[in-house]
Amino acid sequence: MNEISLKDLTVPRGLGLMSRRGFLSMSAAIGAAALIGVDKGQAANAAPKGQVVIGFSQEPVNFHPLMLAIEVDQGVHWNLFSPLWGVDDKGNFTPQLAAEVPTVENGGISADGLNWKIKLREGVKWHDGAPFSADDVKFSLDLLNNKDFKANRRAGHELVRDITVVSPTEITWRMEKVYAPYVSILAWTFIVPKHILEKETDVNSSNFAANPVGTGAFKWSERVPGDHITLKANPEFFGDGPYVETIVFKYIPDMTVLYTQFQTGDIDYIGLQGISPDHYEEASKLADRVVVPVALPFIENIALNLGKPVFQDKAVREALYYAMDKQAIIDAIYYGLPRPTESYLPYEASAFNPDLPKQVYDIEKAKKILDDAGWTPGADGIREKGGVRLAFVNSTTAGNHVREQAQQLLQQSWKEIGAEMTIQNFPPAVMWGDNWMQSKFDSAMVGIGFMIGPDADTTDYFHSKSINAKGGNGQNTCQYENPEVDKLLGEAADTVDQAKRNAIYKKQQEIVRADLPYLPIFQYAMVEGTKKGLEGYKPNVNTQTNTWNVNEWKWTS
Amino acid sequence: MLKFLIQRSLQNVLLLWVVSMIGFAVLYLAPGGPLAQFALVPGMSQEQLLKIAEQMGLNRPIHEQYWEWFTRLASGDWGHSYRDGQPVLWIIGSHLLATLELMGTSSIIAVIVGVWVGVLGAIKRYSLFDYLATIGAMIALSIPTFWFGLITIYVFSVKLGILPPGNMYTIGNGSFWDYVHHLIAPSLVLGLVTVALWSRYMRSSMLDVINQDYIRTARAKGVPERQVLTRHAMRNALLPMITVAGLQLPTLLSGALVTETIFTWPGMGRLFLDSLSYRDYPVVMGILVLSAVLVLIGNLLADILYAVADPRIRMN
Repeated sequence: MNEISLKDLTVPRGLGLMSRRGFLSMSAAIGAAALIGVDKGQAANAAPKGQVVIGFSQEPVNFHPLMLAIEVDQGVHWNLFSPLWGVDDKGNFTPQLAAEVPTVENGGISADGLNWKIKLREGVKWHDGAPFSADDVKFSLDLLNNKDFKANRRAGHELVRDITVVSPTEITWRMEKVYAPYVSILAWTFIVPKHILEKETDVNSSNFAANPVGTGAFKWSERVPGDHITLKANPEFFGDGPYVETIVFKYIPDMTVLYTQFQTGDIDYIGLQGISPDHYEEASKLADRVVVPVALPFIENIALNLGKPVFQDKAVREALYYAMDKQAIIDAIYYGLPRPTESYLPYEASAFNPDLPKQVYDIEKAKKILDDAGWTPGADGIREKGGVRLAFVNSTTAGNHVREQAQQLLQQSWKEIGAEMTIQNFPPAVMWGDNWMQSKFDSAMVGIGFMIGPDADTTDYFHSKSINAKGGNGQNTCQYENPEVDKLLGEAADTVDQAKRNAIYKKQQEIVRADLPYLPIFQYAMVEGTKKGLEGYKPNVNTQTNTWNVNEWKWTS
Repeated sequence: MLKFLIQRSLQNVLLLWVVSMIGFAVLYLAPGGPLAQFALVPGMSQEQLLKIAEQMGLNRPIHEQYWEWFTRLASGDWGHSYRDGQPVLWIIGSHLLATLELMGTSSIIAVIVGVWVGVLGAIKRYSLFDYLATIGAMIALSIPTFWFGLITIYVFSVKLGILPPGNMYTIGNGSFWDYVHHLIAPSLVLGLVTVALWSRYMRSSMLDVINQDYIRTARAKGVPERQVLTRHAMRNALLPMITVAGLQLPTLLSGALVTETIFTWPGMGRLFLDSLSYRDYPVVMGILVLSAVLVLIGNLLADILYAVADPRIRMN
């Protein structure tokens, strides 16, 4: 019964922490025509009815949508608040608080990409009845740039200058420099009410989070700490829906219990991490339940810390990759659900490069590479070169039984080529603290979503200026440095033409595949379950959460 | 008596201070920290995290942090949670009732059933009932709670469908019977272990007493057997149970980690577990101090009750 763990923070945490959910077909980035969202006027709604219970294995606790928060919190934010525009399951930007998504074509963005003009939707009201206006947008962007504010995300916003409220429904600003991913970042940035927050003397006060007011399809109703959050339908919502009267986010910490409650019908939808792979077969036979595996944008990797002497030799990285039995890991441990991959981008991304060389499992080849590079076996069978032993530690979140099995499998195959891997796992707060951020680990097994929302910019992970251990800023914890990649990343961020950007990112994937700072294993798939009769749910790889469109959910039976 | 109380209270305050200091040190010296969960938020930078650590005062030396926490606590401010920014006392308060409901019910079951089984086992020593009770208690004490809890859910909720698979109440219902319905499984699972414990204590204490001279005297006087057992034997056998009850008091409020997790019960045990895994120092320290206070009060109460119940003991 190894799936019964008291608190399996593991796949969940590992993933949750790393997520950069989003792999959008780039078709709708800057330059493409903006889609018009469904407006209330087009279809009058029947009165919202019924209740949907959404089961989460982590507890959402942060309800100020611009403050520090993790993935699970965003699952609630999408229902309470609205961004200027969102991003749908096809990767199209859909106007929310903005009347249209600004592009060069419609004049919202100047040809040089520097001046932005946003027209806002008219007649939108906050949940407390106060009117929404351009002042709220300015307030939100200013707040994100307030140095004292515990902002969740500053990247991109830092470049915004001269925000001007032209009228209650129009706002303009200038970008310090062209930054192509900013449209995607704004699709994740929720607007907060100025008339409430400006009264707070402390920008980090928790008063607002205890009683949040937004413009979303649902209003705040109740929070029972450690148990659940209840939201009620907002009849004045500007967009489609809502069709259900009450949504409940129920916190169920144990994954086995979460599944059991889905089985018994106590929860209507399994969110966040879904159903664990070992329950997939059984779940798909349940009566009156719809159970489907969906692709996630996370890539499972072995991250190699290039700051450690043993990994500085490219031959070692190549040999380890050849000696990795991916298919065995996927079939034996993950029930064949995920898809093997060579790239750090998900298959669905438009910048995804399908022509990368395929890894093959070849122990002899791996041995030969090491022999040729001068790594000779010592007395204990472990190879050495110039006083460096081919021995290292591999770490991940402790208690994740699935990952632990994969680690053991790797340990065995790598032993065959004369590499000694020691397994040493840590609780999440230790593993992803300084150990990870300051590159103190040797190697790690980690699931990462590399994209910024629907954008393939990976400066944060592959640029040499993003190494914290070397005084940089970012998440390049492998300490990967390649001047060519730095150059490509810079070029892509300055390029507005999407096709050209994709070409640059494809080139980058080739280089990274050859350099192997990460050994990619597979792209994650998650098994999602809904009760039959609950319609409207759509998986969306472009948002960080699956509860991005609850306004469209409805009971048909 | 008054002198004893004052003396003990002073001792307790000192003890509490030492406990809080050790707890604080252990917590802060453990690797990891409350900001680790945000370290991998997309776009998060090390610079920004350091700035936040500074705002939260996490970068200062540990003795300074302790002193600030302690002086605030002394003035009645328990601090705010790192997770959701709410006051620690409010968070504890919002989990306390759930735990009290669960632990209270299971304790009542445990005391009633446990005392009854223990007494009966002692009177009918080496009978079939006694053997079954002994074996049953051994099994109950050795079954892991998480396993028993999951089996209970599997049998009664998934297969038979007669009990809910956890939760404290149906969201949107919440009637009295709904609460009772949800309470059955977790309180029985939790009660099982305590019943075993109480029955063992009660049995040995009862055995001690019924072999005493005064019981023989009572019987020789011709006191009816029933009266001998209830008025003479049981009253005396229950005395040591006061100590057991005193030791059990803190668990009434500190909750059950495993049972609360398995049955999705929003009580103190789970709050402690969650706060610990997020390194939510203020909440963890709050629970620690509260538990320590309860242990000390429990002991003090037991001592006082003992003196009241047993005339042989006088406090000097």
